[in-house]
Amino acid sequence: MWQIIKNRIKQGCRTCRYPKEEPVFPERFRGRPVISHGVEAVDMGQCLFNEEAKRASSLGVFDYSTDYRMAVSKREDLILKGNELKLASALNKKMRKLFGRSLKLRAVCAGSCGGCDLEIQALGNVVFDLSRFGIQFVASPRHADGLMITGPVTQAMAEALMKTYEAVPDPKIVIALGACALSGGPFAGSPEVKNGVEGLIPVDLYIPGCPAHPFTILDGLLRLLGRLETNRKQLS
Amino acid sequence: MSQIPLLEEKFFQARIKEACQGGARLVNLFGLIEENTAIRVLAFLGYDDEDKLLLFSMRLSPDKPFFDSMTPDLLQAHLFEREIAEQFLVQLKGHPWLKPIRKPMTREPGFFRVKGEETHEVAVGPVHVGIIEPGHFRFQCHGEEILNLEIQLGYQHRGIENMMQEVSSERRVWLAESIAGDTVIGHGLAYCGAMESLSDCHVSPRAEALRAVALELERLANHAGDLGALSGDIGFLPAAAYFGRLRGEFLNLLMALTGNRYGRSFCRPGGVLFDMDSKMIDEFRRRLLKAQQEIRELSNLFFTKPSVLGRLENIGIVSSETVKQFGFVGPTARAAGCARDVRMDHAYGMYRFHQIPISLAENGDVYSRAMIRWLESQRSIDFLLELFARMPEGDLLRPPGPLKGRHLALSMVEGWRGEIVHVVVTDSNSKIARYKIKDPSFNNWMALTLAARGMQISDFPLCNKSFNLSYAGHDL
Repeated sequence: MWQIIKNRIKQGCRTCRYPKEEPVFPERFRGRPVISHGVEAVDMGQCLFNEEAKRASSLGVFDYSTDYRMAVSKREDLILKGNELKLASALNKKMRKLFGRSLKLRAVCAGSCGGCDLEIQALGNVVFDLSRFGIQFVASPRHADGLMITGPVTQAMAEALMKTYEAVPDPKIVIALGACALSGGPFAGSPEVKNGVEGLIPVDLYIPGCPAHPFTILDGLLRLLGRLETNRKQLS
Repeated sequence: MSQIPLLEEKFFQARIKEACQGGARLVNLFGLIEENTAIRVLAFLGYDDEDKLLLFSMRLSPDKPFFDSMTPDLLQAHLFEREIAEQFLVQLKGHPWLKPIRKPMTREPGFFRVKGEETHEVAVGPVHVGIIEPGHFRFQCHGEEILNLEIQLGYQHRGIENMMQEVSSERRVWLAESIAGDTVIGHGLAYCGAMESLSDCHVSPRAEALRAVALELERLANHAGDLGALSGDIGFLPAAAYFGRLRGEFLNLLMALTGNRYGRSFCRPGGVLFDMDSKMIDEFRRRLLKAQQEIRELSNLFFTKPSVLGRLENIGIVSSETVKQFGFVGPTARAAGCARDVRMDHAYGMYRFHQIPISLAENGDVYSRAMIRWLESQRSIDFLLELFARMPEGDLLRPPGPLKGRHLALSMVEGWRGEIVHVVVTDSNSKIARYKIKDPSFNNWMALTLAARGMQISDFPLCNKSFNLSYAGHDL
């Protein structure tokens, strides 16, 4: 008992100060792409945030910034032209009233490698502490206000995904997380996958990444709920 | 390829059974379609004590697409044979439980069922509790006791093996890094090893050392995460919280090195993409020393509490006999006293120069598997600190040449879950004709089935966490 208390005191509070303080990323972190030259557009939905893409590929040449904010509300907003990114806008007033202070999500992995799911799990740890924002992951779709979907949607998971979607009571929100859910990611074109959620289910929030950093996910969720200072100003 | 011994079915099977009785282990058994459309079955036998691998093969002619199952005499062949039957539509005679392993479920032969007045069945999944990958679990129970558990996977099947044969070399490495999201470095290294072997590319000592750094960081992150998850499952929340954060510290080290929390875009055929300067090495050393102290304190907190021990001991036992029979690998095998570790048995890369002692436990229960994670975490940190003191020099990346035609390469890596095996076969045009991936989860899912037998349903989550197997790695 004393040992537990002693450890507790020693550990102290480890929860990050976000969103009051901006998180700091290491120099090599690959966040939002920055178009340098000769590139018309970068589709962040297809981007695997790998080093090669930066050097040379069909996408052209670009660089990565350490900016973690990348979540958007519309699929076309993921296509980065110039260096302006239209970050996710908040839900309408009625939805915000329903979910703004309490949002329950069911995570559905539909063929991901497990990376994005690990980052959703990480959101629950003491550093990110998702529940302090009133957002929780629940066990049953019947208890959920929406889905967070990862993976390219394998043929084997398509039916289960649709059933889970139908089991969530209306009104509901859908969040597509990671390159696979947005475009099929590295598996795009495989006959075993459906190249993401697009076209199967209407999506309210797109979060790019491979996998998306927990702060990227958190930023997207808080923007959707109109909980960040910046978009709170826009709303008022 | 032409030098691979080709045996008749009878001798092929007799040879495998004989070798396995003599202490060898079936490392891989898979099929490929030859240029003349015949099916060739390749077997790799591992003699772990002698650092030796044996390879031989047999051929199935297109007009005789069936062979006798070895499973009744050799249990470790069971899933390999089911995989061959599924991938090549061949008939297997005498296999006790022949059903698809990745294809969507059909009615036949259904699930193994127990009948009786007091028995009941529990079906879970594919979408099941928690933030977790999909799989279907079918429990046959008598009251709270689990009589049998059948695990049906395949929901994560993305067709990676076939894609590896078709896509460009640039895309292949991204696919390899996406086989299992928590084993990015492990599978990335196995892929790179195979490619380097097929193109006679020799990686510099510097790159080998950096690869070992990334692989051990991956192991540390996952082991810490697993200890946290086990603490969470038994309701010991202080340790769950601290281990969960510690996992993040290791992931952040990987991010500082590679730009990604899971180490993507680091390992590439020919070397690595990022270097560590002396400043970064000092920084890593400082952070690792801190983590070392913390993990020691947390483990002392965790492993000394009677309520923790009471919940972990004698739960989900997998004995050393079972490990040998079914060919389990990684921490599952080591927790039962079987000294299997690719880093030691078939040393590769940096592990040829810096050995990591194999950590062993005795009982094969959840406690032993938890203990193995703590022991291995300590060994990994010691290894890294030792390595940082003498980082070798060399090129970061030596671009590999074209692949050799009609060759076979096998690449083994000890990932944090156990032995990862990639086998690549090229055709006469130097194209990849077969890419076979074996994640340790492929061997070890059966261990969960066996561990759950005789336990209470409420022990299942604990047993499951103690293995923490990959669905994606199994389904490919």
